[in-house]
Amino acid sequence: MTDTPAPERREPGRPLVVLDHVNKHFGELHVLQDIDLTVHEGEVVVVIGPSGSGKSTLCRTINRLESFESGSITIDGQELPEEGKALAQLRADVGMVFQSFNLFSHKTILENVTLGPIKARGVKPADAKKRAMELLERVGVAHQAAKYPAQLSGGQQQRVAIARSLAMDPRVMLFDEPTSALDPEMINEVLDVMTQLAHSGMTMIVVTHEMGFARKAADRVVFMSDGAIVEENTPEEFFTNPQSARAKDFLGKILTH
Amino acid sequence: MQTILQDFGLLAGFWMTIKLTFWSAIFSLVIGTFVAVMRLSPVGMLRQVGTAYVTLLRNTPLTLIILFCSIGIYGQLGIVLAGRDAPGGFIDTNNFRLAILGLSVYHAAFVCEAIRSGVNTIPIGQAEAARSIGLTFGQSLREIILPQAFRGAITPLGNTLIALTKNTTIAAAIGVAETALVMKNVAEFDPGLLWTAFGLIAAGFVLLTVPMGLLTSHFAHKLAVRR
Repeated sequence: MTDTPAPERREPGRPLVVLDHVNKHFGELHVLQDIDLTVHEGEVVVVIGPSGSGKSTLCRTINRLESFESGSITIDGQELPEEGKALAQLRADVGMVFQSFNLFSHKTILENVTLGPIKARGVKPADAKKRAMELLERVGVAHQAAKYPAQLSGGQQQRVAIARSLAMDPRVMLFDEPTSALDPEMINEVLDVMTQLAHSGMTMIVVTHEMGFARKAADRVVFMSDGAIVEENTPEEFFTNPQSARAKDFLGKILTH
Repeated sequence: MQTILQDFGLLAGFWMTIKLTFWSAIFSLVIGTFVAVMRLSPVGMLRQVGTAYVTLLRNTPLTLIILFCSIGIYGQLGIVLAGRDAPGGFIDTNNFRLAILGLSVYHAAFVCEAIRSGVNTIPIGQAEAARSIGLTFGQSLREIILPQAFRGAITPLGNTLIALTKNTTIAAAIGVAETALVMKNVAEFDPGLLWTAFGLIAAGFVLLTVPMGLLTSHFAHKLAVRR
C-alpha cells in the first residue's frame, strides 16, 4: 500500500459541521457520549470503528434521522431545527447515502434523481432532468435512466443514490457504510465515484470499513468505540501509529489478512 | 323469472346495488385515506383521532350505523342530504344518500387499515431517503409513501370492495330498493318464487364480485413494487 501517493492536503476551510457535546441514548445504552467533532469545508472525514460503536448513529444524527438529547449540532453555524419545514430545508443541504441505497422503488432512476430538486428546491422539471442526466453520466449509469431500481445491480443503485444526493447541491455529504451491502466486485465502482467526489472538494463524512478508501481519500480518520470518539488523526498516522489500545486492537483485527 | 326481474324490480335492485357500491367505494376510499394519513402523522392528537375513528366504526354493526343515519341523522337531527324536489323523489333520494353515508364511513375504517397494511410493506429506508433529500412530511406521503402503500394494499382493498358490495344489502333496512328489499318483497307477496329469487340474487352477486377478485389479483401482481 506504500505506492499509493498521499493525497494532497488541502487547507482546511471554515467549520461546516460542528458537533458540540452531543449525547444520545437508546434506552440504557449510551450510544453517543459527549461527541465533539468539527468538519471543515472541503474536508473528508472517515469514521471507523467496531460495529456497535455508534458511528452510523453519529452519521444519522447529523441530519436528524436520529434525535439526540443534549449538546448541539450546527451546519454552517445554523442549529439543526427540531422539525417541520426548516428541518426539511436543512436536510436538503445535507446529502445522505445509505447502506441499503434506499432508491425510491416505484420511480425510475431519472425520477429518483429529479424528485428532490423539483419538489424541495422548486427547480423546473426540464432543468432538473438535464442536470440529473449530467450527474448520471458522471456516475456512469446514464444509460439506465429509464429503468427501475430493482433492475440495477447494487453498485449501480448506490451510484444512482450518490447522484440523487448530488442533485440537491449539498453542502456536505454523509455516507453511512455505502459499500457494506455490496458484492465485492461492485465495491470499487462505488469507491471510485466517492474518491472522485472527495478530490473535487466535496465535504464528506464517511462511515466505512474500507481502509483503502480512508488512506486514499480521507483528510482525517475518526476512530469511535463504545459511543465515544477515541482517536482522531491523519490516515497515515492513524494506520501506522495508532495511539489508543482500542484502536490498536481494532486495526490488529482487521489488517492481519 | 320474468316476474321477479320486472315486476319485483330485481334488475333495478341490482342497478341500485351497483350505484351504492360505486359511490360508497369512492367516498370510503377518500375518507379511509384521510384517516390513514391521520394515523401516520407525526402529530399525536391526529393519530388518536384516527385510531378512535377506526376503533369506533370498525367495531360497530353496519346495520346500526345505517339505521343511525336514517333515524338519528335524518329523523332526530333533521339533517337532509337531498332537496325536497329531488328528481327521484325526496324520500328515496335522501335514503339512498344516507345509505351511502353509512356505508362509506363504515368501510373507510377498513380502507384505512388496508392502507396501513400497505404502508407496512414499505421499508423504513424509503421514508428516510425521502426526508434526507429535503421532502416535507406531506411531500414524502404524496410522492413516496402513499403511492407504494396503495400498490401494496391492492389485495386488502379488493377484499374491502367485495365486502362493501355485499354489505350494500343492509341499505334495505332503511328502505333503499336494492336486492335485499326485492327478496323481502318476493318472500312476502309471492313465496312460490322464493327459491328462484334466492338463486338469482346469489348468482347476481357472484357475477359482480368474482370479477372484482380477479381484477384485484391481476393488479396486485402487475403493480407490485419490485424491490
